[in-house]
Amino acid sequence: MASILTVDDSASMRQMVSFTLNGAGYDVVEATNGKEALEVAQTRHFDLVITDMNMPLMDGISLISELRKLSEFRFTPILMLTTESGADKKQAGKAAGATGWIVKPFDPERLLGTVNKVLG
Amino acid sequence: MTIDMAQFHQVFFEESFEGLEIMESGLLDMDHGVVDDEVINSIFRAAHSIKGGSGTFGFNEVSEFTHVVETLLDEMRDGTREVTTEAVAALLGSVDVIRNLLVAARDGAEVDEILVKAKYDDLQGMLGATSSEQEQPSVVAQAPPSDPSDPTTLGWHIVFTPLDHLCRTGNDPLRIIRELSGLGELQVGVDISGIPELSKMEPETCYMSWDMRLKGDVPRADVDEVFDWVEDDCDLVVMPILSDEELQQPETNAAGIEEAIEQPLVERRQEGRRKEERRSPLDRRGSDRRAGASMIGSSSIRVDIEKVDSLINMVGELVITQSMLSLVGEDFTMDRIDRLLDGLDQLERHTRDLQESVMLIRMLPISFAFNRFPRMVHDLGVKLGKQVELNMSGESTEVDKTVIEKIGDPLVHLVRNSLDHGIELPQQRLAAGKPETGNIELNAMHKGGNIIIEIRDDGKGLVVEHILEKAIEQGIASPDQEYSDQQVYEFIFQPGFSTTNSVSETSGRGVGMDVVRRNINELGGSIVIDSETGEGTVFTIRLPLTLAILDGQIISVGSETYIMPLVSIIESFQIRPEMVNMVAGKGETVKLRDEYIPIIRLHEIFGIKDAKTVDLCSGLLVVVEGDGRRSGLFVDDLIGQQQVVIKSLEDNYQQIDGISGATILGDGSVALILDVPGIFHLASGRELNGDYAAERADQLADSAVGSGDYV
Repeated sequence: MASILTVDDSASMRQMVSFTLNGAGYDVVEATNGKEALEVAQTRHFDLVITDMNMPLMDGISLISELRKLSEFRFTPILMLTTESGADKKQAGKAAGATGWIVKPFDPERLLGTVNKVLG
Repeated sequence: MTIDMAQFHQVFFEESFEGLEIMESGLLDMDHGVVDDEVINSIFRAAHSIKGGSGTFGFNEVSEFTHVVETLLDEMRDGTREVTTEAVAALLGSVDVIRNLLVAARDGAEVDEILVKAKYDDLQGMLGATSSEQEQPSVVAQAPPSDPSDPTTLGWHIVFTPLDHLCRTGNDPLRIIRELSGLGELQVGVDISGIPELSKMEPETCYMSWDMRLKGDVPRADVDEVFDWVEDDCDLVVMPILSDEELQQPETNAAGIEEAIEQPLVERRQEGRRKEERRSPLDRRGSDRRAGASMIGSSSIRVDIEKVDSLINMVGELVITQSMLSLVGEDFTMDRIDRLLDGLDQLERHTRDLQESVMLIRMLPISFAFNRFPRMVHDLGVKLGKQVELNMSGESTEVDKTVIEKIGDPLVHLVRNSLDHGIELPQQRLAAGKPETGNIELNAMHKGGNIIIEIRDDGKGLVVEHILEKAIEQGIASPDQEYSDQQVYEFIFQPGFSTTNSVSETSGRGVGMDVVRRNINELGGSIVIDSETGEGTVFTIRLPLTLAILDGQIISVGSETYIMPLVSIIESFQIRPEMVNMVAGKGETVKLRDEYIPIIRLHEIFGIKDAKTVDLCSGLLVVVEGDGRRSGLFVDDLIGQQQVVIKSLEDNYQQIDGISGATILGDGSVALILDVPGIFHLASGRELNGDYAAERADQLADSAVGSGDYV
């Protein structure tokens, strides 16, 4: 079973993402900000990371560049959840090493479609 | 798969309302000149989350409105917009609108659309004033429509050359090819000429490129979308195929490789489909269960995990003590009495600890009741033209959840009062030699098993003469009597009392201080005023820590045992014959330190026939206070003080005048808990209606006594 780390400071978004991916048979771990996510990432493996951008303590961009420094996460797909469809945010994310993005608002079907696509 | 989004709504609303509070308190900080990045960031984040969530969960009015707010905040955050008082005020106003919209979305209630529209236009106006952007409220990102000038294509010729670093972004060329093959029939050719010899190969670098032909009438946008994430990580050429010749097999310089790619692809796709079928029934079950769960628990409480852990710990201790006691009891002999007593000691300690732990679960920090005040004081101060600073302390003091819910309105009333009647206008303050800015303090603290809440202002204070004059005018006070300052302040709590002739918008809302006192009394608490003319006023509210347990005085009348709330007892003493007087209109009274206190004989009120004594001088008089009045309750004896667990009579039997509840004593018998104001009420009814009331009280007493069986 593929394992996914979802990072979001919003409890309802976390709940929605977890519920959707759990239902599709993925093993989902939640973190509420970049700092927490990084701590979890240092202890175990994930096949995919889905992270929000705006978070307290450590934002998505910093999380992505920190994750890319860990040998375990050099090639792991990392998706950004972003409402800012503006190019600069995506660029910054890409520059930090993000694989791609999911534009908010999204529905469970689209989320699952993208995740299935990435994880094959 | 379909997922019922409604199951996430409760959490969404909870966190959104929390977010609004964060925005509000942040904006108020900004209003006071605190403009650091972290404050703006936290406000922005809260708005951002509300927008994102409301968009996701389909509350489009909320997300559209919040979008404008977010844009404004974003400009403040990156410094392109100045933080002005007007902007902060506008944002504060929009917090209210968002709250309104959220409540409407949650309860399906009406929205004040005119107000929302006005505010929306306001904010748009502000945005337009400095920025030229015409950003639309976010909608679900849509792919641009395919170029209408595009003739119907036979397919696309795609040359995909990943740059060296493509793999390092977690992207996988195979994923992209797989996705393309999902759009139509795909022929793939690969160029592996770039692959170096093994010893020079770097595993993180992508050396291959692909030449592909996608057959079918596929919109260009769909193809672009596949490459969306890697746009900048590859060289990409996408050309329409217009003639049949172009559709032929692409050149491949690695024979057989296409087959190798094609083969596992098909397998994977089928596997994927099988998985999908397996999952769907599971999904349904999952979402049904969650939906069921969201129906209940509307009155939920968030409990710190530490509290639960300590509870479990306590239970563990109890179990150990229990097993130890049963061991002692197995074949008990008198020489083991010490161990039995030890065990009982432990049992008592653990039971008390357990009780405290359970109580803690219902406890919430008083900040839940305090958090509305910064905003309220700010808005009111502006409206009244007064400069006020609000200082709060002890916000983390924990109180019973019910207390939090019920203390809000009285506190609002008191703070409004302090602002409206206490704090002077800036010029008046200056004239009185005080700083221009007034000060209101809200303090909470624990004191001897009670919670004390102080509302303290440095305003003009109460003028005793003024209050007394008004009280006499309104027939509450008698002109001939001497009153102490404290007694004069008490008049403020009388129904209908008001010191101002004109009713101001702020305070005179028909809710008087009598209601404030009644609400506090209902919580088993009390309120007192202290004031210094010209210096300010302090309201001190004393509340019990919890409503489930009461510190009680056990009293006896005849064969009956009652519990009197300790908090309402002033003193108790034995009456001497010379203290008793008959006062017209008041009946029996006792003169205590120049004050005439009416006597209420409990045995008469409750119709107890076997009272030990009816002679005032051989029983005891307990002076109690309730509803701002004092009376002496005549009882046989005081037995002892004890914490008792309150059992509701209404839940188990029915409401009874003069009785607030019941409890079970150590020996298993039931004792009724006296409701002091209710007893005053019963007693005054007796005086007015004579025998009829006495009879009624008898009946009540009978039913009250009989009720013991039901509890």
